[in-house]
Amino acid sequence: MIRLEQVSKVYKTSTRPALENVSVEVDKGEFVFLIGASGSGKSTFLRLLLREEVPSKGRVYVANFDLTRMARRRVPRLRQSIGCVFQDFRLLANKTVAENVAFALEVIGKPRHTIRKVVPEVLELVGLEGKAGRMPHELSGGEQQRVAIARAFVNRPLMLLADEPTGNLDPDTSQDIMLLLERINRTGTTVLMATHDHSIVDSMRRRVVELDLGRVVRDDARGVYGVGR
Amino acid sequence: MRASFVFSEVVTGLRRNITMTIAMIITTAISLLLLGGGLLVVRMIDNTKELYQDKVQVNIYLTNDVSASDKQCQNDPCKGLRSALESDPAVQTVEFENRDQAYERFKRIFEAQPELVKLARPEALPSSFNVRLKNPDRPEVIVQTYQGRPGVDSIGDQSQFLDRFFSALNGVRNGTFFMAGLMAVAALLLISNTVQLSAFTRRTEVGIMRLVGATRWYTQLPFLLEAVVTGLTGALVATGLLVGLKLAFLDDVLAQPIKSGVVKAVEAGDIAFVAPILFLIATVVSAFTGYVTLRLYVRT
Ligand SMILES: Nc1ncnc2c1ncn2[C@@H]1O[C@H](COP(=O)(O)OP(=O)(O)OP(=O)(O)O)[C@@H](O)[C@H]1O
Ligand SMILES: [Mg+2]
Repeated sequence: MIRLEQVSKVYKTSTRPALENVSVEVDKGEFVFLIGASGSGKSTFLRLLLREEVPSKGRVYVANFDLTRMARRRVPRLRQSIGCVFQDFRLLANKTVAENVAFALEVIGKPRHTIRKVVPEVLELVGLEGKAGRMPHELSGGEQQRVAIARAFVNRPLMLLADEPTGNLDPDTSQDIMLLLERINRTGTTVLMATHDHSIVDSMRRRVVELDLGRVVRDDARGVYGVGR
Repeated sequence: MRASFVFSEVVTGLRRNITMTIAMIITTAISLLLLGGGLLVVRMIDNTKELYQDKVQVNIYLTNDVSASDKQCQNDPCKGLRSALESDPAVQTVEFENRDQAYERFKRIFEAQPELVKLARPEALPSSFNVRLKNPDRPEVIVQTYQGRPGVDSIGDQSQFLDRFFSALNGVRNGTFFMAGLMAVAALLLISNTVQLSAFTRRTEVGIMRLVGATRWYTQLPFLLEAVVTGLTGALVATGLLVGLKLAFLDDVLAQPIKSGVVKAVEAGDIAFVAPILFLIATVVSAFTGYVTLRLYVRT
């Protein structure tokens, strides 16, 4: 599903590589935590998978796409098969919950009758069935993140990338979001989540890939956040 | 689906930057108005030239004593001049007008100014040959051949007056085109600026669109259409202003010269001819500006 082969990434404006000689393989349906200190390269990793960035060295494969050789006009195709969630939710403040979710389908040209059918379905999946008409500012942080997850998942992507999705949430709410991500993972969707949150990683007991200064320093199949951190 | 989505995005975008939108429409409209005015002058020059094409004539005025003595042109030198002109290969037609006929025509032309007519006497007007040329562009041939012949007092060449008249019109045309160009630059900068502003205000939307895999068309079309819609609105306003100016202003100012056949009127047909040009230019230019701006300044 995802394969990085000896990938390095050096940003133009910095001397130190954000990623250095990283090789990671993730199978379909896996749930993987990407951990590491601030600046260790987690977000860079995820951006490479979205082809927001191109690697300086090495190869990146995502769902049979060779991202290093991909033509620019094919990037939308790739992104349509990936769902994305961020710490800051990135909802449109002037659209309702349902409109926010529908937006993701509208802009890729999905027919209206499909949208009318799948938006309520996915809102039910994330537990927001009664709040379709609310505006984002009328929701709690956890609920806003659910909307973001609904939007990421509504097109049934092959994988879900989450960059610190619980970074702005309290522990209880974070736990709910994790349950939701697990539920999505059980539908066969590969989930890759960058996080700082010890307790989440420790309690889930899933695969952990740890980065340090751009290098992979650990890859445990059933890991914890790490001792002494 | 597609269309309604893009349409609502365009409307939202234009409403969000309403002050910029208005400024953009006004500058575009003025620029197009000037361009349209220039084009109308071009049309007018063409039409008026046509009007004069078969009218360009050379007037050979006869001396005072010939005018007084030979009213039917039956003796030399008048008779000789007439046959010389009639057999001249450069000449199409020759018409003799004696001073009584000239006086009648004078009275007709200045009907509106009776005090002028009162002042004039037939004796002050010369007889003349009105010569129409085969090639209206070359009146100097006649001037050279007949200048100074016995009985010829002076030769009036209308083409000189027309040259001056048309060069004045050409000046007006060039002036309006120049102003139109300046305004067009202002309009272009405004369009470009508005597209940037619009893209900036909507960076969250665009970011999400990119993230979920919307194609370039989907992310950029709303901005392009915004530019085009303002351009077209500008063209519409400009056309309206042209029609308004014609009705309220031009028709009045030019009423006299139009009536006496000096210039051709600006007709509805002329505006109908110019308007599509303005719309076309507005569309092409605004779309092009929008496209280039997106390419240069907006990452997608
Ligand atoms: N666009 C950029 N241009 C230049 N340098 C960058 C850019 N983005 C990230 N970096 C640098 O690359 C390194 C890795 O950054 P990255 O955002 O991937 O880290 P991270 O692990 O996500 O950190 P955090 O946990 O704080 O989000 C950092 O040193 C950062 O300064
Ligand atoms: Mg990060």
